[in-house]
Amino acid sequence: MAQLTYREAVAAGIAQEMERDETVAFIGEDVARAGGVFKATVGLFDKFGPKRVIDTPISEQAILGAAMGAAMTGMRPIAEIMFSDFLAVCWDFVANEMSKSRYMSDGQLKCPLVVRTGNGGGSRFGAQHSQSIENWAMAIPGIKVVAPSTPADVKGLLAASIRDEDPVIFFEHKSLYAIKGEVPEGEHVDTLGTAKVVRPGKDATIVALALMVPRAIQAADKLMTDHGIDVEVVDIRTLVPLDMKTISSSVAKTGRLFTVEENPRLCGWGAEIVSIVVDELFWDLDGPAVRITTPHIPLPAADNLEDITIPSVDRIYSKILDVLR
Amino acid sequence: MAKKKTLKNDDIDEKKRLELYNSQYLIRVAEQRAYDLFLENLVKGTSHLSLGQEAIAAGFATAMQENDKSFCTYRGHAHTLARGASVVGVLGELMQRDCGLMRGKGGSMHLTDTSKGVMGSYAIIGAHLPMAVGSAWRAQYMGHDDVATVFFGDGTTNIGAFHEALNYAVVYKLPVVFVCENNNYMEYTPIESITAVKNPAADRASAYGLDSIIIDGNDADEVYRTAQAAYSKARSGEGPSLIECKTYRQSGHSRADPGAYRPDGELDHWKKNNDPITRYRSRLIEFGVKKKIIDDIEENVKRLVDEATEEAKSSPVPPEDILTTNVYANGGWAWRN
Repeated sequence: MAQLTYREAVAAGIAQEMERDETVAFIGEDVARAGGVFKATVGLFDKFGPKRVIDTPISEQAILGAAMGAAMTGMRPIAEIMFSDFLAVCWDFVANEMSKSRYMSDGQLKCPLVVRTGNGGGSRFGAQHSQSIENWAMAIPGIKVVAPSTPADVKGLLAASIRDEDPVIFFEHKSLYAIKGEVPEGEHVDTLGTAKVVRPGKDATIVALALMVPRAIQAADKLMTDHGIDVEVVDIRTLVPLDMKTISSSVAKTGRLFTVEENPRLCGWGAEIVSIVVDELFWDLDGPAVRITTPHIPLPAADNLEDITIPSVDRIYSKILDVLR
Repeated sequence: MAKKKTLKNDDIDEKKRLELYNSQYLIRVAEQRAYDLFLENLVKGTSHLSLGQEAIAAGFATAMQENDKSFCTYRGHAHTLARGASVVGVLGELMQRDCGLMRGKGGSMHLTDTSKGVMGSYAIIGAHLPMAVGSAWRAQYMGHDDVATVFFGDGTTNIGAFHEALNYAVVYKLPVVFVCENNNYMEYTPIESITAVKNPAADRASAYGLDSIIIDGNDADEVYRTAQAAYSKARSGEGPSLIECKTYRQSGHSRADPGAYRPDGELDHWKKNNDPITRYRSRLIEFGVKKKIIDDIEENVKRLVDEATEEAKSSPVPPEDILTTNVYANGGWAWRN
């Protein structure tokens, strides 16, 4: 095992796949010579050169369109959209093009590409550089949606995404780039569509994603220490395909479900999961299923305001305590 | 001094000319058939015809090599047929039958036949320009010798993706040919009334360091020659071209449009004096092609389209079990376990 930061795991995952597959190339704004504005792709340009690691103009439509055209005709491109908020300016390619071309052509067109993007809040960047938009992506049939919470998952799920035959939107959380964690040595490839129980427990289930996973674990630890409440935490890891088996078996065991979501309230991914659980596991529930989310507001820039907007360890802790007591 | 252009118009041999005529004539008859089938309520949804614009599709496709890639708009029947896609497949898709190119899952606006290099028809204005750029990037990256051609209307020149794609293609010197079919109208609005420059594509070329190229899009020979030059430039690593073809759409924007916005006499003028098929037929005769040969081409095309029409009509609608196939690469649609 090696200790890597989350951002180092990004570069490690890309490098691993570029080494084994010549058709993998990487494009984006400031990703090559500068190593990315979040320094998540440092070293790739030096290692693979300007043919395979390419700085592009600020042209998000051209970036995703070019990646798509290349993927349709035999490459496995990785395209970076610097901040996930910017996906709004090239959303056509996600919502209308890469997600639908296979279906509309009845399988003639393929689109094996990865769109990597910096997602999420906590950096005091304000409303246009801080959003969690994984729920936008989840709403579109035909794409896969990944959002890892640990360096090991970054490397393994990124590798799996690059090898996947479908278009994958890969959300990297900006506030996790600096965290460190164990990453398996050598080739590491994970499996899309698999959630993970990251903290076993018996009294309640928290389902969380990305930055909300470490916060949920901390809240669960505190609930155990302070009140002996034993909470299980499930890291969803990929929203599409969604591993309902892991989520359902946890809820069936604990009888309680909490989702912790960074996306704003309406139509957040937790709503979908709660709805499935209510449909399919209603009689296993011992109480209401509860969503803990960012309120339905644009994100503020000021640190004190942003901190009370996105679910915090304290908010998760207090809400669960309130509901269970 | 630059070589004087040939005025003799004899640089294209008869075989090629007949190919160009056959292609234009096929598009004309198939598009007219599509219109008739629409009147019979057999073509569902919408459809956007290329009547009057046949020379562009024929000229470019005839100049392409087999592995070249075409990216089309929703007005893409012509370009799909010109690459040799089956007429049954095209009419069948317009009629949303099981025999359609995409078995009725795409419809008129999304004709695709990858076996013929037709990498899809796209109905969001501008989207396919960056895709063609991506195909060209792949060709350059992998050392393939194919060129990507992307066809689009005059209205597309006012959308962002047009400008992003051009800049991107020039920066990386990619083998892609941008073909603007300027048919005078952005849907229902005269293009000149809503564009800052007179020639919506060509006048923007200099912004991207490209030559300003304007051609008579209703002259298949001129289109063919221009396409050849652009392909040879692209294949020799000299990068993209942007070509504005002046033409005229003889049909409405879509099936719902009777074209009431046209000034009186305009349509008749174009039909009478500048119809690509009529013009090309006269040229064939002028160059000594026997009338019998032309008649044979026309009869064969009509028979082909008639047979295709009957076959498409007798094809069943798509089976319901394909509703959820090919959403994902595993063939299915499962988003959860």
